[in-house]
Amino acid sequence: MEARLKNRHRAERRFRLFGGLAIFTSLIFLGALFAIIIQTGAGAFKQTRIALDMHLSPADFNAGQAVEGDWLERADYQAMIKRALRQAFPELRSRREKRSLYRMVSSGAAFQLRKKLRGDPGLIGTDFRIWVLASDDADMVFKGAVPRDAPVAHRRLDDRQMSVLEALEDTGRLRSQFNWTFFSAGDSREPELAGIAGAALGSLFSVLVCLALAFPLGVMTAVYLEEFAPKNRWTGFIEVNISNLAAVPSIVFGLLGLAMFLNIFGLPRSAPLVGGMVLALMTLPTIIIASRAAIKSVPPSVREAAFALGASPVQAVFHHILPLAMPGVLTGTIIGTAQALGETAPLLMIGMVAFVVDLPTNILDPATALPVQVFLWADSPERAFQERTAAAILVLLVFTCLMNLTAALLRKKYELKW
Amino acid sequence: MACLIAASTISILTTVGIVLSLIVESFQFFRMVPVSDFLFGLHWSPQTAIRADQVGASGAFGAIPLLAGTLLISAIALSVSGPVGLLAAIYLAEYASPRFRSLVKPMLEILAGIPTVVYGFFAAIVIAPLLRQGGESIGLEVSSESALAAGLVMGAMTIPFVSSLSDDAITAVPDSLREAALGLGSTRSETIVRVILRAALPGIAGGLLLTASRVIGETMIVVMAAGLTANLTINPLEAVTTVTVQIVTLLTGDQEFDSAKTLSAFALGLLLFTVTLTLNVAALKIVKTYREQYQ
Repeated sequence: MEARLKNRHRAERRFRLFGGLAIFTSLIFLGALFAIIIQTGAGAFKQTRIALDMHLSPADFNAGQAVEGDWLERADYQAMIKRALRQAFPELRSRREKRSLYRMVSSGAAFQLRKKLRGDPGLIGTDFRIWVLASDDADMVFKGAVPRDAPVAHRRLDDRQMSVLEALEDTGRLRSQFNWTFFSAGDSREPELAGIAGAALGSLFSVLVCLALAFPLGVMTAVYLEEFAPKNRWTGFIEVNISNLAAVPSIVFGLLGLAMFLNIFGLPRSAPLVGGMVLALMTLPTIIIASRAAIKSVPPSVREAAFALGASPVQAVFHHILPLAMPGVLTGTIIGTAQALGETAPLLMIGMVAFVVDLPTNILDPATALPVQVFLWADSPERAFQERTAAAILVLLVFTCLMNLTAALLRKKYELKW
Repeated sequence: MACLIAASTISILTTVGIVLSLIVESFQFFRMVPVSDFLFGLHWSPQTAIRADQVGASGAFGAIPLLAGTLLISAIALSVSGPVGLLAAIYLAEYASPRFRSLVKPMLEILAGIPTVVYGFFAAIVIAPLLRQGGESIGLEVSSESALAAGLVMGAMTIPFVSSLSDDAITAVPDSLREAALGLGSTRSETIVRVILRAALPGIAGGLLLTASRVIGETMIVVMAAGLTANLTINPLEAVTTVTVQIVTLLTGDQEFDSAKTLSAFALGLLLFTVTLTLNVAALKIVKTYREQYQ
């Protein structure tokens, strides 16, 4: 009897331990996920720049031949950058040596130079220094993301380039600064020129379209079902339908968008408008379910008081019940929007995966979205893109966490006890 | 008022739209490829030839390898999230102090709020290489796009699903049952296993079905971490492909809407929709019958 009791207590402790372990494992996974993404992504917020000492003469711009006002646009900035590099490292003479030297700076350096001169054409004829973007390979080595003694195939910088890097470093011509490009540029094939601005704008437009459609439709549906609908087979069908829609895989919504919005209605591919419409259909059930719960929790006494004062049913709902249910409705809307923001699969179906360099300016321009950008970059072989993928994920996570936090606070603050 | 009624029909229209678009396109597909070939074929290689006389011009559209791959990955995912989620729910509902519960529950829910593309990235760059190295060190060959990596991460993602649905089911069990069992002298774990879990079983089963439907329809994790080539195997260390992966690969990029290749994606979509809808309806039904039992 005693032994049996001991066994039973041991089983009890074991069971409890398993429960604790399950929670511990999940939390460890969550911690590891965040830790690895932060660790991988942190580097992308820094960008290596190389100082080049320039001396440009008016002859470089062929000022005499070109049309007035256009000559700054047409000049061969690439050649000027290359010349400055050659002057900085005169010991590198052969074609191959020079070529590997040129690969140390980004192909965006020429644009930087043009921008600087457009801002201040007076620099022509003087000595000045410009901090140009380093190429992604040099950037990775300087930041320490790739160890300096790694094999050449992995390091991607040959020994000559390594000695150039060290020479630049020793003379203070190499520095790391905040990576504004990442937040201001669209996508690019070159990691050092790629940014999330285009994707973020695409996400913003899609989510705005989604909200503009899903919020009114969702609230109206909830009001109708909760306050006005007769309890018959039709409304029963609508209810079952809504709870089933909430569990339809997101990719199926993408197929709907492709077949209906693109092929039948002929809306443009890759446009945030279509993305927003598909996301709206997906978010609708979430908003409806949350809004219904919120409306249901408003006590009948409010409605009766409104009726007693002579309000019509519509007035009672829109002037009294809905405002009281608003915190709950908004909580559901924010959670739904956060889901829509992180959704990728349906956007792949309607072509929002294109390589888009230009920033979208309206809801009909081709665009991608933040999670799609993550998907695209995750596929790129360059190491520097891996870093940027994690950084883009961080931005995405900050937004979704902020939205979920707002929802939680809203729920807590306006939680009314009747 | 008319506005309100119109708004409430949107959700019906969405469903009708889904069903119609899937059925119309699938119908076109089944005019080119017989239904039986699609449902029971063992080979999936959806390339269509540029010239009619090319080798392998017809392509093969047998969905069985895709279904097997989907099932394999889902089984791995559920064998992670099922036990872990259930045990976590039991601990939170029966053992944890209210303070611990209010702290840990939201943290678990963060897992459900993270976009799936993040899990895909994590599976592809962390878990898959880890499994590969681990396999190498014990002399096992693990594919870099193994079903195991995708399944494990998907399992972790669905832990909060299982745990919150089971939590609801467990807390809904009336206290009288709990007290009766404890009063008869059973330990807490005995009460949980022999009384509470049995009473909560329909709710838990419903939750698991919903999770299964979610896992089957999950796209981004498998697109990023599972393979592209159809492979009929039950070895979790090999690369398999799933229904959702094929839909994505068939429909991204240029499409012509008269080729069997493009249309087959809609047939796969229809298959996916049917399977998940069946699971959802079954889950809702189980949960509903169960609710009536105690109220």
